[in-house]
Amino acid sequence: MGLAENQVSFDLLESYLEKKNPEGSMWGSKGALGFRENALFQDYHGLKSFRQAMASFMEQIRGGKARFDPDRIVLTAGATAANELLTFILADPNDALLVPTPYYPGFDRDLRWRTGVKIVPIHCDSSNHFQITPEALESACQTAHDANIRVRGVLITNPSNPLGATVQKKVLEDLLDFCVRKNIHLVSDEIYSGSVFHASEFTSVAEIVENIDDVTVKERVHIVYSFSKDLGLPGFRVGTIYSYNDSVVRTARRMSSFTLVSSQTQHMLASMLSDEEFTEKYIRINRERLLRRYETIVEGLKKAGIECFKGNAGLFCWMNLSFLLDKKTKDGELELWDVILKELKLNISPGSSCHCSEYGWFRVCFANMSENTLEIALKRIHEFMDQRRRFLII
Amino acid sequence: MTRTGIYRNRSGTSDSETSGDDGGGGTTVMRVIVPLQGVVQGRGGLVLGSVIPCAFFYFLQFYLKRNRRDEPEPDPDNQNSASSPGSEPNNSDSSSELTVLSRSLSRVVTSPRNSGTHVSVSGRANSILRGGDSPGKKRVEEDPYDELDNPDGIIELGLAQNKDLVSDYSKEETSIGLSLSGIASYEPSDGLMELKMVVARLMSEATKNTVSFDPSQLVLTSGAAAAVEILSFCLADSGNAFLVPTPCSPGFDADVKWRNGVEIIHVPCRSSDNFNISVTTLDRAFSQAKKRGVRIRGIIISNPSNPMGSLLSRENLYAILDFTREKNIHIISNEIFAGSTHGDEEAEFVSIAEIADTEETFDKERVHIVYDLSKDLSFPGLRTGAIYSFNENVLAASRKLTTFSPVSSPSQHLLISAISKPEFIQTYVKTNRQRLQRIYSEFVKGLKSLGIECTRSNGGLFCWADMRGLISSYSEKGEIELWNKFLNIGKINITPGSSCHCIEPGWFRFCFSNLSEKDVLVVMNRIRKVCETCKSQD
Repeated sequence: MGLAENQVSFDLLESYLEKKNPEGSMWGSKGALGFRENALFQDYHGLKSFRQAMASFMEQIRGGKARFDPDRIVLTAGATAANELLTFILADPNDALLVPTPYYPGFDRDLRWRTGVKIVPIHCDSSNHFQITPEALESACQTAHDANIRVRGVLITNPSNPLGATVQKKVLEDLLDFCVRKNIHLVSDEIYSGSVFHASEFTSVAEIVENIDDVTVKERVHIVYSFSKDLGLPGFRVGTIYSYNDSVVRTARRMSSFTLVSSQTQHMLASMLSDEEFTEKYIRINRERLLRRYETIVEGLKKAGIECFKGNAGLFCWMNLSFLLDKKTKDGELELWDVILKELKLNISPGSSCHCSEYGWFRVCFANMSENTLEIALKRIHEFMDQRRRFLII
Repeated sequence: MTRTGIYRNRSGTSDSETSGDDGGGGTTVMRVIVPLQGVVQGRGGLVLGSVIPCAFFYFLQFYLKRNRRDEPEPDPDNQNSASSPGSEPNNSDSSSELTVLSRSLSRVVTSPRNSGTHVSVSGRANSILRGGDSPGKKRVEEDPYDELDNPDGIIELGLAQNKDLVSDYSKEETSIGLSLSGIASYEPSDGLMELKMVVARLMSEATKNTVSFDPSQLVLTSGAAAAVEILSFCLADSGNAFLVPTPCSPGFDADVKWRNGVEIIHVPCRSSDNFNISVTTLDRAFSQAKKRGVRIRGIIISNPSNPMGSLLSRENLYAILDFTREKNIHIISNEIFAGSTHGDEEAEFVSIAEIADTEETFDKERVHIVYDLSKDLSFPGLRTGAIYSFNENVLAASRKLTTFSPVSSPSQHLLISAISKPEFIQTYVKTNRQRLQRIYSEFVKGLKSLGIECTRSNGGLFCWADMRGLISSYSEKGEIELWNKFLNIGKINITPGSSCHCIEPGWFRFCFSNLSEKDVLVVMNRIRKVCETCKSQD
């Protein structure tokens, strides 16, 4: 009786929905009977069946190379909320997280707006395929130290957005060592883990931790995941924080009350994801289709004389247009972006918005339109490049 | 900046007028010194000349303040000088607000009912507002590519979404017959317009349609907790505080303080006043906070109140709104139980929106309402809360912040299809009220027969019971001991007043809305058992 919940007139809703909403399937396998459970359920632990389904889906993506405990899964309304929540928990205002560039522009909002935490970039460049080097890590730490800012953790995206490439196992191991030495956290945003073209090429930080017994090492590792990218369900708002740290799990769970996943959504997806045959097939076919799209776009760009970064994951490719820049500066890049938007009528993302230290790189997404549309986009690029070549020759 | 000057001049002028001689030049200092000189030299004329105008001025202010409620058009000059000292600390901070809202500000200067400066939002909210959306996204929205309808439109290659490759596969294969098309994609995080229209209608229905809520002033969030959190972030900066009359909802501590760094200053209400909110105590708390250097940004009330379940009267709401206007602060009205009112016809629910509707536009900007579908519609699992505000800046900043607390798209669609019929809403709200009334009267009757009185409650899903007679010692310890007895002996979980920050020990909140009429008897028997245990221990 400590719960101010209204069940007095529940039956009115139940009967209305049964009559008017024959899609009882909305409530999972129990149909309209499931409505009562759904509507009233608001435990921030989340439905056990849903967490189990999510854990097993994450295991399948990693080919069984790591196990996930459903009790360590904290549900949030999207990865955006998960990243923000982790930042609140791991850092205080005016502390910093180290993030390798180029990075997802949304981090500037998710990690900073309400938390008051700063981002100190770890500069990566094309000389070594934008990989994180120990020197770059030390340099970022030094920058923070010089500005009197306390570093609380490193946040990486694996596979990377916007590069569209997985992080190598050796780099992950070095990164974990670095975090242990500096006594900081490691957050791995693996939201594109199901979108790696060849499963064998992806190493999750979970795999590395799997073989470690030392709790003081394990408990600095946290993973963020969401169904928005791999399942194409961004509107559902389902994200998770998976942490090896008990206090973080407990705190995150309590704070997730601001960003809970709708129980109806949990039920819906729990049914779908517990069907292992379906999920196995889905993951495989999704990967094949993404690979085909990627190859189409990279080939198409190559024919137009444009090179892309060699990627192996994600819903986008990282294209190099530096040779088209009048001046290799941020303004030069934005001018080119403007031309592409206005004349080619293509909206792509400039590298500067991802804080890339080299100018001229652009991210091009390929999974949110039909094949026809993609062809048309490529055609426009071809025409533009042809025109340009003719112009240069003249 | 000039506008700030105007306010300062006005207060400057009236100050010099009160210090005595209005003839002759000389600084304000001189005017103070001269009468004193007069006192020393025994020149009574100057004493009278300085004391009497001062006394008259202060008495006039006192009289006007007391009677302001009844006068819709008070004397503008005195109104200004009364409010400008109060608003002075905000002048410099809100000067940036003044330049942004310049058009309405000119109305402030010329209109007769001129009651002070615009209330400001937090610095944090302002910096969020300054960050715009990506320009590419806007252009795509203006000129989107479509194979048939707009083949020359802009193709969106900037959105990392797996749409095409996934959707047809999911449609074929899912065994549960889900139709994902139309609900899977990214949607505005502050909610679909169709759902906002439904929520607006529900809110209107709760006020028996005396207020018409505008859906475009709604921002939907994943629950009321998120709504309160977002509002706290937008209205107050870290280190600022809200005044919260107690006893209050136990949830506010988390919603306001946890992630925002905003403090709550409790303003205790007493059983001798029926736990009504008195403006005097609010004023006292405000001044004490100011002395400690804490800036109050607003007041949070619940109507119907939690845990008492009482409805705030129109007069009380006017008085509270007057107080916020005088101090130039915000008011958050937590109206999540608005549709769960029950009982006597004379007790009517008055939304703060109704009171605000009678105010000038710039004054409405301080009014914000929190609503939640879960309480009135028994849908807590679906996570649908709402912020309703008259303040465009707050709405704009809140919209951006809903990205962290959005409503799930399938749930939105479900709610739209399920409850958008107006007849359904009307029938539901009416039946809900009748049933709540039945259970409530059974419950209160039962408690009364056990010697436990409750405060009069006309709203909410609970009653506020006086169990001071049953506690072993008049202290929080005694209260918790009784709570334990209820839990362990009576096997009933109730909420002790201390969780609601009630300053008087011995009060408890009983939520009865998830009981059937049969359950009430069971509960009464258990409570009887606990009462007997307490009496025997005495």
